[in-house]
Amino acid sequence: MNIAVCIKQVPDTETKIVLNPDSTDIVTEGIKWVMNPYDEYAVEEALKIKEKYGGKVTILCLGPERSVEAIRTALAMGADDAILLNDPAFEGSDSYTTALVLSKALSQIEYDIILTGKQAVDLDCSQVYAGIAEFLNLPYVSIVVGLELFPDQKKALAKRETEGGEKELIEVSLPAVFACQKDLNTPRYASLPGIMKAKKKEIKKLGLAELCLNPEHVGAKGSKLKKGKYSLPPQRKAGIKIEGEIPEAAAKLVKLLREEAKII
Amino acid sequence: MPGIWILAEHKEGKFKKITFELLSLGKKLKSKSGEELCALLLGSGIENLANQLGPYGADKVYYLENEVYNSYLNESYTQGISELVKSQDPSILLAGATALGKDLFPRVATGLGTGLAMDCVSIDLDNNLLKMTRPIYAGKVLMEATIPQSKPQMATLRPNLVEILPVDSSKKAEVIKSKPNLKKEDLRTMLKEILKGESKKIDLTEAKIIVSGGRGMKDKENFRILEELADAFGEGTAVGASRAAVDSGLAPHDIQVGQTGKVVNPTLYIACGISGSIQHLAGMATSKYIVAINKDPEAPIFQKADYGIVGDLFQVVPILTQEVKKLKSEG
Repeated sequence: MNIAVCIKQVPDTETKIVLNPDSTDIVTEGIKWVMNPYDEYAVEEALKIKEKYGGKVTILCLGPERSVEAIRTALAMGADDAILLNDPAFEGSDSYTTALVLSKALSQIEYDIILTGKQAVDLDCSQVYAGIAEFLNLPYVSIVVGLELFPDQKKALAKRETEGGEKELIEVSLPAVFACQKDLNTPRYASLPGIMKAKKKEIKKLGLAELCLNPEHVGAKGSKLKKGKYSLPPQRKAGIKIEGEIPEAAAKLVKLLREEAKII
Repeated sequence: MPGIWILAEHKEGKFKKITFELLSLGKKLKSKSGEELCALLLGSGIENLANQLGPYGADKVYYLENEVYNSYLNESYTQGISELVKSQDPSILLAGATALGKDLFPRVATGLGTGLAMDCVSIDLDNNLLKMTRPIYAGKVLMEATIPQSKPQMATLRPNLVEILPVDSSKKAEVIKSKPNLKKEDLRTMLKEILKGESKKIDLTEAKIIVSGGRGMKDKENFRILEELADAFGEGTAVGASRAAVDSGLAPHDIQVGQTGKVVNPTLYIACGISGSIQHLAGMATSKYIVAINKDPEAPIFQKADYGIVGDLFQVVPILTQEVKKLKSEG
Protein backbone atom coordinates (compact mmCIF):
# COMPACT_ATOMS: atom_id res chain seq x y z
CA MET A 1 0.00 0.00 0.00
CA ASN A 2 1.57 3.25 -1.08
CA ILE A 3 0.00 6.20 0.59
CA ALA A 4 0.20 9.83 -0.49
CA VAL A 5 -0.69 12.48 2.09
CA CYS A 6 -1.36 16.08 1.07
CA ILE A 7 -0.68 18.53 3.86
CA LYS A 8 -0.70 22.29 4.36
CA GLN A 9 1.09 24.61 6.74
CA VAL A 10 -1.27 27.00 8.54
CA PRO A 11 -1.14 29.49 11.42
CA ASP A 12 -1.49 27.84 14.83
CA THR A 13 -5.13 27.98 15.96
CA GLU A 14 -4.07 30.12 18.96
CA THR A 15 -3.05 32.90 16.57
CA LYS A 16 -4.64 36.28 16.99
CA ILE A 17 -5.21 37.40 13.41
CA VAL A 18 -4.26 40.93 12.35
CA LEU A 19 -5.04 42.35 8.89
CA ASN A 20 -2.52 44.10 6.68
CA PRO A 21 -3.00 47.86 6.02
CA ASP A 22 -4.89 47.40 2.73
CA SER A 23 -7.01 44.54 4.13
CA THR A 24 -6.04 42.08 1.41
CA ASP A 25 -4.43 39.50 3.65
CA ILE A 26 -3.38 38.79 7.21
CA VAL A 27 -0.12 39.95 8.75
CA THR A 28 2.11 36.89 8.70
CA GLU A 29 5.04 38.22 10.74
CA GLY A 30 5.33 36.65 14.14
CA ILE A 31 2.89 33.85 13.35
CA LYS A 32 3.64 30.38 14.63
CA TRP A 33 3.17 28.01 11.70
CA VAL A 34 2.07 24.44 12.20
CA MET A 35 0.88 21.49 10.16
CA ASN A 36 -2.87 21.86 9.59
CA PRO A 37 -4.41 19.99 12.56
CA TYR A 38 -6.64 17.81 10.35
CA ASP A 39 -3.63 16.79 8.25
CA GLU A 40 -2.07 15.25 11.36
CA TYR A 41 -4.88 12.69 11.34
CA ALA A 42 -4.14 11.98 7.68
CA VAL A 43 -0.42 11.46 8.38
CA GLU A 44 -1.18 9.23 11.37
CA GLU A 45 -3.63 7.12 9.36
CA ALA A 46 -1.06 6.74 6.57
CA LEU A 47 1.53 5.52 9.06
CA LYS A 48 -0.92 3.05 10.55
CA ILE A 49 -1.75 1.68 7.10
CA LYS A 50 1.95 1.38 6.29
CA GLU A 51 2.60 -0.45 9.56
CA LYS A 52 -0.15 -2.92 8.77
CA TYR A 53 0.32 -3.51 5.06
CA GLY A 54 3.79 -2.19 4.24
CA GLY A 55 4.46 0.35 1.51
CA LYS A 56 5.60 3.92 1.48
CA VAL A 57 4.19 7.18 2.82
CA THR A 58 4.84 10.23 0.64
CA ILE A 59 4.05 13.74 1.86
CA LEU A 60 3.06 16.41 -0.64
CA CYS A 61 2.76 20.03 0.32
CA LEU A 62 1.99 23.08 -1.77
CA GLY A 63 3.25 26.25 -0.18
CA PRO A 64 6.08 28.69 0.37
CA GLU A 65 9.58 27.66 1.45
CA ARG A 66 8.65 27.81 5.15
CA SER A 67 6.28 24.85 4.58
CA VAL A 68 9.29 22.50 4.85
CA GLU A 69 8.81 22.78 8.63
CA ALA A 70 5.39 21.14 8.37
CA ILE A 71 6.87 18.55 6.01
CA ARG A 72 9.67 17.81 8.51
CA THR A 73 7.04 17.27 11.21
CA ALA A 74 5.37 14.65 9.02
CA LEU A 75 8.74 13.04 8.24
CA ALA A 76 9.59 13.00 11.94
CA MET A 77 6.32 11.19 12.63
CA GLY A 78 7.53 8.50 10.24
CA ALA A 79 6.74 9.42 6.62
CA ASP A 80 9.25 8.17 4.04
CA ASP A 81 9.41 10.74 1.25
CA ALA A 82 8.37 14.33 0.78
CA ILE A 83 7.72 16.71 -2.06
CA LEU A 84 7.40 20.48 -1.71
CA LEU A 85 5.41 22.06 -4.53
CA ASN A 86 6.84 25.49 -4.70
CA ASP A 87 7.00 28.07 -7.46
CA PRO A 88 6.38 31.82 -7.51
CA ALA A 89 3.61 31.08 -10.03
CA PHE A 90 1.72 29.03 -7.41
CA GLU A 91 1.20 32.00 -5.10
CA GLY A 92 -2.38 33.01 -4.41
CA SER A 93 -3.81 29.59 -5.32
CA ASP A 94 -7.46 28.88 -4.59
CA SER A 95 -8.79 25.36 -3.97
CA TYR A 96 -9.12 24.73 -7.69
CA THR A 97 -5.53 25.52 -8.61
CA THR A 98 -4.18 23.90 -5.43
CA ALA A 99 -5.95 20.67 -6.38
CA LEU A 100 -4.68 20.98 -9.93
CA VAL A 101 -1.03 21.30 -8.88
CA LEU A 102 -1.32 18.53 -6.28
CA SER A 103 -2.98 16.20 -8.79
CA LYS A 104 -0.18 16.81 -11.31
CA ALA A 105 2.40 15.92 -8.69
CA LEU A 106 0.38 12.89 -7.57
CA SER A 107 0.27 11.57 -11.11
CA GLN A 108 4.09 11.41 -11.01
CA ILE A 109 4.17 9.06 -8.02
CA GLU A 110 2.66 5.70 -7.15
CA TYR A 111 -0.24 5.56 -4.73
CA ASP A 112 -3.07 3.27 -3.70
CA ILE A 113 -4.60 5.77 -1.33
CA ILE A 114 -4.55 9.56 -1.04
CA LEU A 115 -5.21 11.11 2.36
CA THR A 116 -5.82 14.76 3.26
CA GLY A 117 -7.26 16.68 6.17
CA LYS A 118 -10.98 17.49 5.83
CA GLN A 119 -10.15 21.18 5.59
CA ALA A 120 -7.29 23.57 6.23
CA VAL A 121 -8.05 25.75 9.23
CA ASP A 122 -6.80 28.92 7.53
CA LEU A 123 -9.08 29.51 4.54
CA ASP A 124 -11.56 26.79 5.60
CA CYS A 125 -12.44 25.95 2.00
CA SER A 126 -12.72 22.18 2.44
CA GLN A 127 -12.51 21.56 -1.30
CA VAL A 128 -9.02 20.41 -2.23
CA TYR A 129 -9.60 16.69 -1.57
CA ALA A 130 -12.59 16.66 -3.91
CA GLY A 131 -10.69 18.65 -6.53
CA ILE A 132 -7.81 16.17 -6.44
CA ALA A 133 -10.27 13.29 -6.82
CA GLU A 134 -11.95 15.00 -9.76
CA PHE A 135 -8.67 15.80 -11.57
CA LEU A 136 -7.42 12.23 -11.06
CA ASN A 137 -10.87 10.72 -11.75
CA LEU A 138 -10.98 8.94 -8.38
CA PRO A 139 -13.78 8.43 -5.88
CA TYR A 140 -13.56 10.21 -2.53
CA VAL A 141 -15.05 10.08 0.93
CA SER A 142 -15.01 13.18 3.13
CA ILE A 143 -15.16 13.73 6.91
CA VAL A 144 -13.74 10.25 7.49
CA VAL A 145 -13.75 9.05 11.12
CA GLY A 146 -13.02 5.38 10.42
CA LEU A 147 -11.14 3.57 7.68
CA GLU A 148 -10.77 -0.14 7.06
CA LEU A 149 -8.88 -1.49 4.07
CA PHE A 150 -9.30 -4.66 2.04
CA PRO A 151 -6.18 -4.55 -0.16
CA ASP A 152 -6.89 -7.93 -1.83
CA GLN A 153 -10.23 -6.68 -3.09
CA LYS A 154 -8.87 -3.20 -3.79
CA LYS A 155 -11.60 -1.81 -1.56
CA ALA A 156 -12.01 0.27 1.56
CA LEU A 157 -14.81 0.78 4.03
CA ALA A 158 -14.93 4.35 5.28
CA LYS A 159 -17.04 5.70 8.09
CA ARG A 160 -17.99 9.31 7.52
CA GLU A 161 -19.59 11.82 9.82
CA THR A 162 -22.70 13.50 8.49
CA GLU A 163 -25.11 15.41 10.72
CA GLY A 164 -26.69 15.18 14.12
CA GLY A 165 -24.35 12.40 15.24
CA GLU A 166 -25.21 10.26 12.23
CA LYS A 167 -22.49 8.30 10.40
CA GLU A 168 -22.43 6.63 7.00
CA LEU A 169 -20.51 3.49 6.08
CA ILE A 170 -19.29 3.81 2.52
CA GLU A 171 -17.61 1.12 0.50
CA VAL A 172 -15.25 2.50 -2.08
CA SER A 173 -12.93 1.02 -4.68
CA LEU A 174 -9.24 1.90 -4.50
CA PRO A 175 -7.41 4.04 -5.33
CA ALA A 176 -9.47 6.68 -3.63
CA VAL A 177 -9.15 9.97 -1.75
CA PHE A 178 -10.09 10.24 1.93
CA ALA A 179 -10.48 13.54 3.80
CA CYS A 180 -9.74 12.91 7.46
CA GLN A 181 -11.66 14.18 10.48
CA LYS A 182 -10.58 14.46 14.09
CA ASP A 183 -12.05 11.22 15.49
CA LEU A 184 -10.13 9.00 13.04
CA ASN A 185 -7.12 8.35 15.29
CA THR A 186 -4.74 9.94 17.78
CA PRO A 187 -1.74 11.40 15.97
CA ARG A 188 1.59 10.25 17.41
CA TYR A 189 4.28 12.61 18.62
CA ALA A 190 7.51 12.56 16.68
CA SER A 191 10.25 10.62 18.47
CA LEU A 192 13.66 12.19 19.01
CA PRO A 193 15.37 9.75 16.60
CA GLY A 194 12.52 10.49 14.18
CA ILE A 195 13.21 14.21 14.41
CA MET A 196 16.93 13.68 13.87
CA LYS A 197 16.28 11.44 10.88
CA ALA A 198 13.77 13.88 9.40
CA LYS A 199 16.34 16.68 9.48
CA LYS A 200 18.58 14.76 7.12
CA LYS A 201 15.91 13.62 4.68
CA GLU A 202 15.90 15.14 1.26
CA ILE A 203 12.75 17.06 0.36
CA LYS A 204 12.16 17.00 -3.35
CA LYS A 205 11.06 20.30 -4.82
CA LEU A 206 8.83 20.53 -7.87
CA GLY A 207 7.81 23.68 -9.67
CA LEU A 208 5.92 24.74 -12.75
CA ALA A 209 8.39 23.24 -15.23
CA GLU A 210 8.70 19.84 -13.54
CA LEU A 211 4.91 19.55 -13.39
CA CYS A 212 4.46 20.68 -17.02
CA LEU A 213 1.96 23.35 -15.98
CA ASN A 214 1.01 26.56 -17.76
CA PRO A 215 1.58 29.64 -15.54
CA GLU A 216 -1.79 30.99 -16.67
CA HIS A 217 -3.53 27.97 -15.15
CA VAL A 218 -2.08 28.09 -11.65
CA GLY A 219 -1.77 30.42 -8.67
CA ALA A 220 -3.80 33.58 -8.46
CA LYS A 221 -4.09 33.79 -12.26
CA GLY A 222 -5.66 30.39 -12.67
CA SER A 223 -7.85 30.67 -9.59
CA LYS A 224 -11.58 30.50 -10.15
CA LEU A 225 -12.48 32.09 -6.82
CA LYS A 226 -11.11 35.63 -6.62
CA LYS A 227 -10.32 36.96 -3.19
CA GLY A 228 -11.66 40.38 -2.30
CA LYS A 229 -11.23 42.44 0.84
CA TYR A 230 -10.69 40.99 4.27
CA SER A 231 -12.44 42.43 7.29
CA LEU A 232 -12.69 41.63 10.96
CA PRO A 233 -16.15 40.64 12.14
CA PRO A 234 -17.86 43.09 14.47
CA GLN A 235 -16.54 42.55 17.97
CA ARG A 236 -19.04 41.54 20.58
CA LYS A 237 -19.28 43.68 23.63
CA ALA A 238 -19.59 42.25 27.08
CA GLY A 239 -23.20 42.45 28.16
CA ILE A 240 -24.52 42.32 31.65
CA LYS A 241 -23.58 40.08 34.53
CA ILE A 242 -26.73 39.13 36.34
CA GLU A 243 -26.16 39.57 40.05
CA GLY A 244 -27.90 38.05 43.01
CA GLU A 245 -28.52 34.62 44.44
CA ILE A 246 -28.66 31.85 41.87
CA PRO A 247 -32.45 31.27 41.85
CA GLU A 248 -33.11 34.99 41.38
CA ALA A 249 -30.37 35.32 38.77
CA ALA A 250 -31.77 32.36 36.81
CA ALA A 251 -35.29 33.80 36.90
CA LYS A 252 -33.95 37.17 35.79
CA LEU A 253 -32.05 35.58 32.91
CA VAL A 254 -35.13 33.72 31.67
CA LYS A 255 -37.09 36.96 31.86
CA LEU A 256 -34.44 38.75 29.77
CA LEU A 257 -34.42 35.92 27.24
CA ARG A 258 -38.14 36.36 26.83
CA GLU A 259 -38.47 40.13 26.94
CA GLU A 260 -35.24 41.39 25.40
CA ALA A 261 -34.03 38.54 23.22
CA LYS A 262 -37.57 37.24 22.54
CA ILE A 263 -36.34 33.67 22.43
CA ILE A 264 -38.67 31.86 24.81
CA MET B 1 -32.50 31.88 -20.29
CA PRO B 2 -29.79 31.11 -17.76
CA GLY B 3 -31.03 30.75 -14.24
CA ILE B 4 -30.44 30.97 -10.55
CA TRP B 5 -30.35 27.39 -9.35
CA ILE B 6 -30.58 26.04 -5.86
CA LEU B 7 -30.15 22.47 -4.67
CA ALA B 8 -33.29 21.35 -2.82
CA GLU B 9 -32.10 19.19 0.05
CA HIS B 10 -34.50 16.72 1.61
CA LYS B 11 -34.39 13.96 4.14
CA GLU B 12 -36.94 11.32 5.10
CA GLY B 13 -39.61 12.79 2.85
CA LYS B 14 -39.26 16.36 4.05
CA PHE B 15 -37.33 19.36 2.82
CA LYS B 16 -34.61 20.66 5.06
CA LYS B 17 -35.12 24.24 6.19
CA ILE B 18 -32.06 25.32 4.20
CA THR B 19 -34.00 24.57 0.98
CA PHE B 20 -36.49 27.32 1.80
CA GLU B 21 -33.70 29.63 2.94
CA LEU B 22 -31.99 29.11 -0.43
CA LEU B 23 -35.23 29.81 -2.31
CA SER B 24 -35.75 33.00 -0.30
CA LEU B 25 -32.21 34.09 -1.12
CA GLY B 26 -32.84 33.08 -4.73
CA LYS B 27 -35.92 35.32 -4.89
CA LYS B 28 -33.81 38.26 -3.76
CA LEU B 29 -31.17 37.53 -6.41
CA LYS B 30 -33.88 37.07 -9.03
CA SER B 31 -35.28 40.52 -8.27
CA LYS B 32 -31.90 41.93 -9.30
CA SER B 33 -31.10 39.85 -12.39
CA GLY B 34 -34.53 38.83 -13.64
CA GLU B 35 -33.33 35.30 -14.30
CA GLU B 36 -35.62 32.43 -13.47
CA LEU B 37 -35.32 30.70 -10.12
CA CYS B 38 -34.96 26.94 -10.39
CA ALA B 39 -34.71 24.18 -7.83
CA LEU B 40 -32.75 21.03 -8.41
CA LEU B 41 -34.27 17.96 -6.85
CA LEU B 42 -32.78 14.46 -6.85
CA GLY B 43 -34.55 11.33 -5.70
CA SER B 44 -37.13 8.83 -6.80
CA GLY B 45 -40.88 8.76 -6.29
CA ILE B 46 -40.90 12.24 -4.77
CA GLU B 47 -43.20 14.14 -7.16
CA ASN B 48 -45.07 15.33 -4.07
CA LEU B 49 -41.92 17.14 -2.93
CA ALA B 50 -41.35 18.63 -6.38
CA ASN B 51 -44.79 20.21 -6.21
CA GLN B 52 -44.13 21.90 -2.87
CA LEU B 53 -41.42 24.26 -4.12
CA GLY B 54 -43.49 26.67 -6.20
CA PRO B 55 -45.02 28.53 -3.23
CA TYR B 56 -41.53 29.19 -1.88
CA GLY B 57 -40.51 30.90 -5.10
CA ALA B 58 -39.29 28.26 -7.56
CA ASP B 59 -40.27 28.95 -11.18
CA LYS B 60 -39.06 25.55 -12.29
CA VAL B 61 -38.07 22.34 -10.58
CA TYR B 62 -35.58 20.14 -12.37
CA TYR B 63 -36.35 16.74 -10.93
CA LEU B 64 -33.73 14.08 -11.58
CA GLU B 65 -35.32 10.74 -10.92
CA ASN B 66 -33.37 7.56 -10.42
CA GLU B 67 -33.48 4.88 -7.75
CA VAL B 68 -29.80 5.47 -7.19
CA TYR B 69 -30.80 8.84 -5.74
CA ASN B 70 -32.67 7.19 -2.88
CA SER B 71 -29.43 7.59 -1.02
CA TYR B 72 -26.91 10.37 -1.35
CA LEU B 73 -23.49 9.70 -2.85
CA ASN B 74 -21.27 12.47 -4.14
CA GLU B 75 -20.44 10.34 -7.16
CA SER B 76 -24.01 9.81 -8.44
CA TYR B 77 -25.16 13.30 -7.53
CA THR B 78 -22.20 14.88 -9.32
CA GLN B 79 -22.93 13.00 -12.52
CA GLY B 80 -26.60 13.98 -12.69
CA ILE B 81 -26.08 17.60 -11.67
CA SER B 82 -23.06 18.20 -13.92
CA GLU B 83 -24.82 16.90 -17.01
CA LEU B 84 -27.89 19.01 -16.39
CA VAL B 85 -25.83 22.13 -15.65
CA LYS B 86 -23.87 21.66 -18.85
CA SER B 87 -27.05 21.43 -20.90
CA GLN B 88 -28.95 24.28 -19.21
CA ASP B 89 -26.04 26.61 -18.46
CA PRO B 90 -27.33 28.40 -15.31
CA SER B 91 -25.51 31.52 -14.08
CA ILE B 92 -25.65 30.64 -10.43
CA LEU B 93 -25.71 27.35 -8.52
CA LEU B 94 -26.28 27.35 -4.76
CA ALA B 95 -26.55 24.72 -2.04
CA GLY B 96 -26.63 24.72 1.74
CA ALA B 97 -23.35 24.51 3.63
CA THR B 98 -24.65 21.27 5.09
CA ALA B 99 -22.92 17.89 5.28
CA LEU B 100 -24.36 17.11 1.85
CA GLY B 101 -23.69 20.46 0.21
CA LYS B 102 -20.14 20.64 1.49
CA ASP B 103 -19.36 17.11 0.34
CA LEU B 104 -20.94 17.47 -3.08
CA PHE B 105 -20.25 20.95 -4.42
CA PRO B 106 -16.43 20.86 -4.43
CA ARG B 107 -16.46 18.03 -6.93
CA VAL B 108 -19.22 19.54 -9.05
CA ALA B 109 -17.32 22.86 -9.20
CA THR B 110 -13.99 21.30 -10.12
CA GLY B 111 -15.63 19.16 -12.81
CA LEU B 112 -17.35 22.19 -14.31
CA GLY B 113 -14.11 24.17 -14.14
CA THR B 114 -15.63 26.87 -11.99
CA GLY B 115 -15.17 28.42 -8.58
CA LEU B 116 -16.99 27.72 -5.34
CA ALA B 117 -17.29 29.93 -2.27
CA MET B 118 -17.83 27.63 0.68
CA ASP B 119 -19.92 28.38 3.75
CA CYS B 120 -21.01 31.92 2.85
CA VAL B 121 -22.66 34.15 5.44
CA SER B 122 -23.81 36.64 2.83
CA ILE B 123 -24.54 36.36 -0.88
CA ASP B 124 -25.61 39.28 -3.02
CA LEU B 125 -25.72 40.15 -6.69
CA ASP B 126 -24.16 43.17 -8.33
CA ASN B 127 -24.26 43.41 -12.13
CA ASN B 128 -24.73 39.67 -12.44
CA LEU B 129 -21.65 39.06 -10.32
CA LEU B 130 -22.21 37.23 -7.05
CA LYS B 131 -20.66 39.05 -4.11
CA MET B 132 -19.99 36.52 -1.44
CA THR B 133 -18.72 36.87 2.10
CA ARG B 134 -17.29 33.88 3.89
CA PRO B 135 -15.65 33.44 7.26
CA ILE B 136 -12.05 32.27 7.23
CA TYR B 137 -9.76 31.35 10.11
CA ALA B 138 -12.91 29.88 11.68
CA GLY B 139 -14.63 33.24 11.66
CA LYS B 140 -11.77 35.37 12.98
CA VAL B 141 -11.81 37.09 9.57
CA LEU B 142 -14.42 37.66 6.85
CA MET B 143 -13.33 37.38 3.23
CA GLU B 144 -15.16 38.78 0.24
CA ALA B 145 -15.02 36.70 -2.90
CA THR B 146 -16.27 36.63 -6.49
CA ILE B 147 -16.17 34.16 -9.38
CA PRO B 148 -15.81 36.56 -12.34
CA GLN B 149 -14.46 34.32 -15.09
CA SER B 150 -16.36 31.06 -15.00
CA LYS B 151 -19.92 29.76 -14.83
CA PRO B 152 -21.93 28.82 -12.95
CA GLN B 153 -20.93 30.94 -9.97
CA MET B 154 -21.18 28.47 -7.13
CA ALA B 155 -21.60 28.94 -3.40
CA THR B 156 -22.84 27.15 -0.32
CA LEU B 157 -24.88 29.13 2.20
CA ARG B 158 -24.53 28.66 5.93
CA PRO B 159 -27.87 27.55 7.43
CA ASN B 160 -29.95 29.75 9.76
CA LEU B 161 -28.98 33.10 8.23
CA VAL B 162 -31.63 33.89 5.63
CA GLU B 163 -35.13 34.61 6.75
CA ILE B 164 -37.70 32.51 4.91
CA LEU B 165 -40.02 34.79 2.91
CA PRO B 166 -43.80 34.37 3.15
CA VAL B 167 -45.11 31.65 0.86
CA ASP B 168 -47.45 32.30 -2.06
CA SER B 169 -49.65 29.22 -2.08
CA SER B 170 -51.10 30.03 -5.51
CA LYS B 171 -47.70 29.90 -7.21
CA LYS B 172 -46.89 26.71 -9.06
CA ALA B 173 -43.54 25.62 -10.37
CA GLU B 174 -43.12 23.84 -13.67
CA VAL B 175 -41.69 20.41 -12.88
CA ILE B 176 -39.24 19.16 -15.50
CA LYS B 177 -38.53 15.54 -14.84
CA SER B 178 -35.66 13.62 -16.37
CA LYS B 179 -34.21 10.22 -15.73
CA PRO B 180 -30.42 10.16 -15.77
CA ASN B 181 -29.01 6.89 -16.97
CA LEU B 182 -27.18 5.76 -13.84
CA LYS B 183 -26.73 2.30 -12.46
CA LYS B 184 -25.67 1.29 -8.98
CA GLU B 185 -23.22 -1.23 -10.43
CA ASP B 186 -21.33 1.44 -12.33
CA LEU B 187 -20.55 3.48 -9.24
CA ARG B 188 -17.28 3.17 -7.37
CA THR B 189 -18.86 4.11 -4.06
CA MET B 190 -21.72 2.43 -2.24
CA LEU B 191 -23.61 3.44 0.88
CA LYS B 192 -23.59 0.29 3.01
CA GLU B 193 -25.24 1.53 6.15
CA ILE B 194 -26.38 4.60 8.04
CA LEU B 195 -25.47 4.54 11.72
CA LYS B 196 -27.95 6.65 13.65
CA GLY B 197 -26.59 8.92 16.34
CA GLU B 198 -27.41 8.53 20.01
CA SER B 199 -29.09 11.89 20.10
CA LYS B 200 -32.36 12.57 18.35
CA LYS B 201 -31.45 16.21 18.21
CA ILE B 202 -30.76 18.16 15.03
CA ASP B 203 -27.29 19.08 13.89
CA LEU B 204 -25.47 21.86 15.70
CA THR B 205 -25.06 23.88 12.52
CA GLU B 206 -28.83 24.00 12.09
CA ALA B 207 -29.86 24.44 15.71
CA LYS B 208 -31.66 27.59 16.88
CA ILE B 209 -30.60 27.10 20.47
CA ILE B 210 -27.38 25.41 21.61
CA VAL B 211 -26.52 24.50 25.19
CA SER B 212 -22.79 23.83 25.36
CA GLY B 213 -20.58 22.37 28.06
CA GLY B 214 -16.88 22.78 28.76
CA ARG B 215 -14.29 21.19 30.97
CA GLY B 216 -16.35 22.45 33.91
CA MET B 217 -18.84 19.64 33.18
CA LYS B 218 -16.38 17.30 34.94
CA ASP B 219 -18.08 14.07 33.84
CA LYS B 220 -19.69 12.65 30.70
CA GLU B 221 -22.88 11.87 32.62
CA ASN B 222 -23.28 15.49 33.61
CA PHE B 223 -24.08 16.46 30.03
CA ARG B 224 -27.55 15.13 30.85
CA ILE B 225 -28.38 18.39 32.64
CA LEU B 226 -27.52 20.28 29.44
CA GLU B 227 -29.79 17.94 27.45
CA GLU B 228 -32.58 18.70 29.92
CA LEU B 229 -32.11 22.43 29.54
CA ALA B 230 -32.06 22.08 25.75
CA ASP B 231 -35.25 19.98 25.87
CA ALA B 232 -36.96 22.60 28.01
CA PHE B 233 -36.58 25.10 25.16
CA GLY B 234 -38.38 22.72 22.80
CA GLU B 235 -37.70 22.03 19.13
CA GLY B 236 -34.60 23.03 17.19
CA THR B 237 -32.15 22.69 20.04
CA ALA B 238 -28.85 20.84 20.32
CA VAL B 239 -26.11 20.19 22.85
CA GLY B 240 -22.53 21.20 22.10
CA ALA B 241 -19.15 20.97 23.78
CA SER B 242 -15.86 22.81 23.91
CA ARG B 243 -12.64 21.30 22.64
CA ALA B 244 -11.41 21.00 26.23
CA ALA B 245 -14.46 18.86 27.05
CA VAL B 246 -14.02 16.71 23.94
CA ASP B 247 -10.28 16.24 24.48
CA SER B 248 -10.91 15.20 28.09
CA GLY B 249 -13.31 12.53 26.81
CA LEU B 250 -16.42 14.19 28.23
CA ALA B 251 -18.19 14.53 24.87
CA PRO B 252 -17.92 13.14 21.33
CA HIS B 253 -16.08 15.17 18.72
CA ASP B 254 -19.09 15.54 16.46
CA ILE B 255 -20.60 18.02 18.93
CA GLN B 256 -17.41 20.08 19.33
CA VAL B 257 -17.87 23.80 18.70
CA GLY B 258 -14.89 25.88 17.61
CA GLN B 259 -12.03 26.10 15.17
CA THR B 260 -11.36 22.37 14.97
CA GLY B 261 -15.02 21.52 15.44
CA LYS B 262 -18.21 23.06 14.15
CA VAL B 263 -18.80 26.71 13.48
CA VAL B 264 -22.31 27.43 14.70
CA ASN B 265 -24.76 30.23 14.31
CA PRO B 266 -27.74 29.80 16.63
CA THR B 267 -30.11 32.45 17.96
CA LEU B 268 -29.07 31.54 21.48
CA TYR B 269 -25.83 29.96 22.68
CA ILE B 270 -25.59 29.00 26.34
CA ALA B 271 -21.98 28.31 27.39
CA CYS B 272 -21.78 26.30 30.61
CA GLY B 273 -18.42 25.88 32.28
CA ILE B 274 -16.64 27.11 29.15
CA SER B 275 -13.82 29.57 29.72
CA GLY B 276 -13.86 30.88 26.14
CA SER B 277 -10.60 30.14 24.34
CA ILE B 278 -9.90 32.03 21.11
CA GLN B 279 -10.64 28.82 19.14
CA HIS B 280 -13.98 28.33 20.86
CA LEU B 281 -15.02 31.96 20.46
CA ALA B 282 -14.20 31.74 16.75
CA GLY B 283 -16.76 28.96 16.40
CA MET B 284 -19.72 30.64 18.11
CA ALA B 285 -19.19 34.40 18.12
CA THR B 286 -21.85 34.97 15.44
CA SER B 287 -24.57 33.59 17.70
CA LYS B 288 -27.29 36.20 18.11
CA TYR B 289 -27.35 35.94 21.90
CA ILE B 290 -24.71 34.40 24.13
CA VAL B 291 -25.27 33.39 27.73
CA ALA B 292 -22.30 32.43 29.89
CA ILE B 293 -22.48 30.46 33.09
CA ASN B 294 -19.13 30.08 34.82
CA LYS B 295 -17.71 29.99 38.33
CA ASP B 296 -14.75 32.13 37.33
CA PRO B 297 -15.78 35.81 37.03
CA GLU B 298 -12.60 36.44 35.01
CA ALA B 299 -13.39 33.83 32.32
CA PRO B 300 -12.95 35.42 28.85
CA ILE B 301 -16.35 34.10 27.77
CA PHE B 302 -17.98 36.89 29.83
CA GLN B 303 -16.37 39.44 27.49
CA LYS B 304 -18.47 38.04 24.64
CA ALA B 305 -21.65 37.17 26.48
CA ASP B 306 -24.82 39.25 26.38
CA TYR B 307 -25.88 37.78 29.71
CA GLY B 308 -23.63 36.20 32.29
CA ILE B 309 -24.19 34.41 35.55
CA VAL B 310 -21.20 33.91 37.81
CA GLY B 311 -21.90 30.67 39.63
CA ASP B 312 -21.63 26.92 39.75
CA LEU B 313 -23.22 25.52 36.61
CA PHE B 314 -24.45 22.47 38.53
CA GLN B 315 -26.59 24.81 40.62
CA VAL B 316 -27.52 27.27 37.89
CA VAL B 317 -28.45 24.95 35.00
CA PRO B 318 -31.15 22.86 36.75
CA ILE B 319 -32.80 26.00 38.15
CA LEU B 320 -32.63 27.58 34.70
CA THR B 321 -34.32 24.48 33.25
CA GLN B 322 -37.15 24.81 35.79
CA GLU B 323 -37.55 28.52 35.04
CA VAL B 324 -37.70 27.91 31.28
CA LYS B 325 -40.28 25.15 31.75
CA LYS B 326 -42.31 27.40 34.04
CA LEU B 327 -42.35 30.24 31.56
CA LYS B 328 -43.13 27.91 28.65
CA SER B 329 -46.10 26.41 30.51
CA GLU B 330 -47.43 29.88 31.21
CA GLY B 331 -47.47 30.38 27.41
